[in-house]
Amino acid sequence: MIEKKVVKEEANFQKSEAFSRTMIPGTFARKMRTCLIWQFIRFAIINVKMIIVVGKSH
Amino acid sequence: MARLVVLGGGVAGHTTATFAAKWLGSAHEVVVVTPNAKWNWIPSNIWVGVGEMTKEEVTFDLAPVYAKAGITYKQAKAVSLNPEGNESSDKSFVSIEYTGQDKTGTIENLEYDYIVNATGPKLNFDATPGLGDGKGQMGNHTVSVCTADHAVHASHKLQEAIEKMKGGTRQKFLIGTGHGMCTCQGAAFEYIFNIENELRKAGVRDMADIKWISNESFLGDFGMGGIHMKVGGYVVSSKLFAESLYAERNIEWLIGAHTSKVENGKVEYELLDGSKGEEEFDFAMLIPPFAGVGIKAFAKDGSDITGTVFAPNGFMKVDANYGAGAYENWKASDWPRTYQNPTYSNMFAAGIAFAPPHLISKPMSSPNGTPINPTPPRTGMPSGIIGKAVAHSVCDLITKGDSAHLHEASMAEMGAACVASAGKGVFSGTAAAMTVYPVVPDFETFPGTGRDTDYTFGEIGLAGHWIKHILHFLFIYKAKLNPGWTLIPE
Repeated sequence: MIEKKVVKEEANFQKSEAFSRTMIPGTFARKMRTCLIWQFIRFAIINVKMIIVVGKSH
Repeated sequence: MARLVVLGGGVAGHTTATFAAKWLGSAHEVVVVTPNAKWNWIPSNIWVGVGEMTKEEVTFDLAPVYAKAGITYKQAKAVSLNPEGNESSDKSFVSIEYTGQDKTGTIENLEYDYIVNATGPKLNFDATPGLGDGKGQMGNHTVSVCTADHAVHASHKLQEAIEKMKGGTRQKFLIGTGHGMCTCQGAAFEYIFNIENELRKAGVRDMADIKWISNESFLGDFGMGGIHMKVGGYVVSSKLFAESLYAERNIEWLIGAHTSKVENGKVEYELLDGSKGEEEFDFAMLIPPFAGVGIKAFAKDGSDITGTVFAPNGFMKVDANYGAGAYENWKASDWPRTYQNPTYSNMFAAGIAFAPPHLISKPMSSPNGTPINPTPPRTGMPSGIIGKAVAHSVCDLITKGDSAHLHEASMAEMGAACVASAGKGVFSGTAAAMTVYPVVPDFETFPGTGRDTDYTFGEIGLAGHWIKHILHFLFIYKAKLNPGWTLIPE
């Protein structure tokens, strides 16, 4: 007997045919979005990239 | 002493006027003509529209700022242009009608040496029956976040809907575009995720059905034909990025849709395959299509030359290639560089007010002949950069003479940064931070995706919220001309 495995993050795949054909983030990806240490790093990287884009645009 | 008249006090007009006033000093006059008494940081209207900010936090009075900058401020709207003067004078002038300053309704002919048209758009609600009130204003069936006042109204309606859900009544939310030729999908995109976030915060998300309706042929088009970005070692389309966001948050989508009619609690639409349908709603925020503000132009003899100065959609013609023809012939070089009017060299357009040469997205229409495609975005960062380049050109023309080099700012050579929040919290909620370079794809320089994928990216996270907060305070600080304002880039 295979034990039922419920993954909360995957529930929306069944809510719509269109949803089932795209990607939905799992637990790790979602946690990283609000992980302060990781987000501070991303904040710095995004800012550097944005400053370069601004610089290239002027 | 030369006089520069700037029509409009939004991002493009304000940037043009303030830089021109700084560079020209008191030797020349800069006049701003805008019907509004307040400057509005429009990106933050999204937060006003969900009750997270007040109108006062996203606006400020223009008069004291212009007084500080030495700019003559006329609270009025432009009615017509006479670039050749009239029968009694050779001097170019613009006719304006006051909307404030205790002169409401008064007409004045304002002479100019140079003029910059930065009026922004007319919010053309009446293009869709029922979306407008038939008198040029928003109708009663939907809400909008295009102005701060609209956003305040939207916030009140949202609170009413939340109260109904708390009382046990299920609500249907419909957010997107109100016409097949709309632009500004990004604003609606940000608003729908803020709505979803607010409903979760209020504990009523399970009582709400949320649906996106848009004229994009695929999710993530954003009026730019979509973008490609590097994610996890792949280069992927924004289609996948956007679909993932909607699926994660249980938001259904209806795309390739021209909203043809709006009634109380119901929209009618036509899809790209020609089929027609209806969608019911309890709360709808539908962006209206944009048009030029309807300024007329007259020759010296009084004959109407509006068609010479303006494109049929009311936006001003500039140095773009308007004869590019079919989609297959489009090139990055079709896009304007100096924003100078080809007929009258003392006339420029900046921001949304210039007529783009063609769409950026692939043109589409239904089998019935209804065009259903997003029009090009020209807001935010491009507006500011164009405004500054035009200010530079006009200042050089005034100080160095007619042979001065004109400054260039092609949208095919400039990028744009966009942060779409999903909430406002510093430690909660997540935003989509995106940059695109260049805005208009250049397949000759970047044959694969049309853009530089080192600088075209998007990611979701709390960092985007921090950037959105910083941009809010930074740009309002800059627009108020506080110390060091010129150091803050557009």
